[in-house]
Amino acid sequence: MSGGSPARRDRWTPASATVLAALVIVAAAAGFVWLPLIQPGAAVTGVWNAICTAAGLIYAAPANQPVIQPSYPVTQVELAPGLLGGASAESIGRGATLALRCTMCHGARGLSPADTPNLAGEYPIAIYKELRDFQSGARPSAVMQPLVAGLSDQDMRDLAAYYAYLPRLPPYHPVSAGAPPEIVLSGAPMRNIAPCGACHGELAHKAAAPWLEGEPESYLAGQLRAFATGTRHNDIEEQMQNVARQMTPAEIQAAAAYYANRE
Amino acid sequence: MSNSRALILAHFWLGFIGFGAALLLGAWQMFARSPMHAWLGDPELYYRSVTAHGTTMAYVLPTLVAMGFGYFIVGSALQQPLAGRHWAWAGFALVLIGTITAVVPVALGRASVLYTFYPPMIGNAFYYIGVVLVVVGSWIWVALMAVNLRLWKRQNPGAPVPLAMFAITAGALLWGWTSVGAALELLFQILPAALGLTSTINAGLARVFFSWTLHAIVYFWLIPAYTAYYTIIPRAIGGRLFSDQMGRLSFVMFLVVSMPIGIHHVFEDPQVGAGFKFLHSVFTALVTLPTFLTVFTISASVAIAARLRGGTGMFRWLGALPWRNPLMLAVAFSFIMLGFGGAGGLINMSYQLNTTIHNTQWVTGHFHLIFGGAIVIMYFAIAYDVWPHLTGRALDSFGLMRAQLWTWFIGMIVTTFPWHYVGILGMPRRMAFYDYTDPQIAPEAPFVDLSVVGALILVVSGILFLTVLVRGQFAPRVAPAAYRFSVALHAPRSLPAALNGLGLWLALMIGLTVVNYGFPIVHLIAARGGAVPAVIIGAIR
Repeated sequence: MSGGSPARRDRWTPASATVLAALVIVAAAAGFVWLPLIQPGAAVTGVWNAICTAAGLIYAAPANQPVIQPSYPVTQVELAPGLLGGASAESIGRGATLALRCTMCHGARGLSPADTPNLAGEYPIAIYKELRDFQSGARPSAVMQPLVAGLSDQDMRDLAAYYAYLPRLPPYHPVSAGAPPEIVLSGAPMRNIAPCGACHGELAHKAAAPWLEGEPESYLAGQLRAFATGTRHNDIEEQMQNVARQMTPAEIQAAAAYYANRE
Repeated sequence: MSNSRALILAHFWLGFIGFGAALLLGAWQMFARSPMHAWLGDPELYYRSVTAHGTTMAYVLPTLVAMGFGYFIVGSALQQPLAGRHWAWAGFALVLIGTITAVVPVALGRASVLYTFYPPMIGNAFYYIGVVLVVVGSWIWVALMAVNLRLWKRQNPGAPVPLAMFAITAGALLWGWTSVGAALELLFQILPAALGLTSTINAGLARVFFSWTLHAIVYFWLIPAYTAYYTIIPRAIGGRLFSDQMGRLSFVMFLVVSMPIGIHHVFEDPQVGAGFKFLHSVFTALVTLPTFLTVFTISASVAIAARLRGGTGMFRWLGALPWRNPLMLAVAFSFIMLGFGGAGGLINMSYQLNTTIHNTQWVTGHFHLIFGGAIVIMYFAIAYDVWPHLTGRALDSFGLMRAQLWTWFIGMIVTTFPWHYVGILGMPRRMAFYDYTDPQIAPEAPFVDLSVVGALILVVSGILFLTVLVRGQFAPRVAPAAYRFSVALHAPRSLPAALNGLGLWLALMIGLTVVNYGFPIVHLIAARGGAVPAVIIGAIR
């Protein structure tokens, strides 16, 4: 293969392997033992512990440590892609029967001028999650909690399927929404506020986020204020609380007015 | 080479057409997120463009240039017809089909996940299938390079393998192994989620797999440029290669230490232990060695050329160099950009310094300077040098070539230097919108504007480049002399087997990969609780 003698050929293999192994050993000794041990304030308790920690082993939380729980119930709904997908006609029909008890506030076909949310055509996951949260108390409501107390999980899925099945109608508000306010269009990157449409449709849709167009202005503004003050806290990982806390009262009003007047 | 001219031209043209389109997208991105442009209103448009730009520039362009240049070297350095030419066309077809398959869902906004995939974001399955087809097409090239080298060795027992073939085959084998990481991620993690077979993904493991590919892919991009430094530049400027063996040593070092070092891309990721991050940091530092060897050898080779042209003195010989020769300009510009980009790279690879610039615009500036600058300018040089031999027509728009290289160099500096600077100021990368009216980031605005000017200069340069090549296709026919590679000052007559074959280095590369990646991967596969819900991109509106 080459002009070199076999003896010469042998020198390269052991030499290169030795150099590489030596580099690995020196670097590993520094990275897995020496540096973890000299790190001021390091929690390692010995050489073996230093090696395991540096290797990235995951340790269980120390026993007998108090786990801090929130003082209020949080949402227990697990959202997965495809949840509530493909509702059957039977499910929609059962939902229609169950929805008779909702008509007083939400209208005969999911639309109402009562300043309650319009549900016709809403994403089914959004409806299902809110019903579950009303039932568990994660979202307190003197009106909704007694109404959902007796519903089974299948009942709530059926209700979600029925309202999702209803056609979205133009809202009752005749005024055009006009140009979106800055807080809706761009959010506020320096305050960690994403554009509303990044989750609530238009730009993208994230599971359990409802669409907002045509919902009552007083309802939208009220919910944003509730998120901001923490009286509503069933949002996943406090996403809406973090957004609403950073919004000014004027921005809350502008965002609510914009969505209420938008078709 | 006579049997593969059309094949090589097809590779170069497809790569350069993709480059032209992606360059326009890149310039638009610079503009769209600058203070000169109002907020797009839809970040998805921006990410869609970034995905198309990144996928084309990172996968399609360098893969096709490396493939085309590799086939060219088989014909002109080994001076044998390309064995497996039909396979080569099949590989090209796969790259072409893969590119189209990937670009369609991206254009439709169904796969705006950026070219680095970023699980748990999951785009349309056809995007990933397209990328896999491009990679599989390139694997055919990897095999063909190894087969052709083996055939040549059998016919020329004991003879030194031409340096160009040695180098490009090292690059091919490096790519063959480094692409395995992303392939594992795509086939076993992302595609099952994209096809709806799974609803969760172990994003931490996926990121470690991608880091396996993500760093050495840079050296796969780079090896055609380094091959041109050693085997084209000294000849093109009328000099001699200072040392053939130094070249071989550089390429085998790249093969071993450039591969298992990608964890420096995930320094801020919690799922990888600090010890492995340190280990990868050390080996990343070692990659500077082959680059320093190369800079020394090529500078010495250029000095030889200057002295052969009558240059004297400590520095005065620089004036004797053929500065009107486009290839001389290209290598000088490439070295300047390599110097700045390499210095920035040392900061990226340092475990501690990295924390100051991680995920900032500094990183985007860095890889544009190194890849878009130092490496791609050598792709231009390669194209200018081999074009007449491929088309059989003159390529003599020398003024245009010089203007193109100057504008690329100036444009890249004007684009990337402010880009680095705003990164130090803390400007994050991968964002579609910056509120420059906020007093905290208002000072960044003029530098972002400056970057846009650089991007426009780059667009002009890209147009010039394609103009030169198109003019070359329609120029009068000529009969170029046989293609020659550089001659070394002391041409090797016999070499130790280790510098005439790649087996030893391939074994060390795989061994080091097992050491550096084995435990983190096995640990992340075995650890429970790593799976997170897949986030489908572009699903429901």
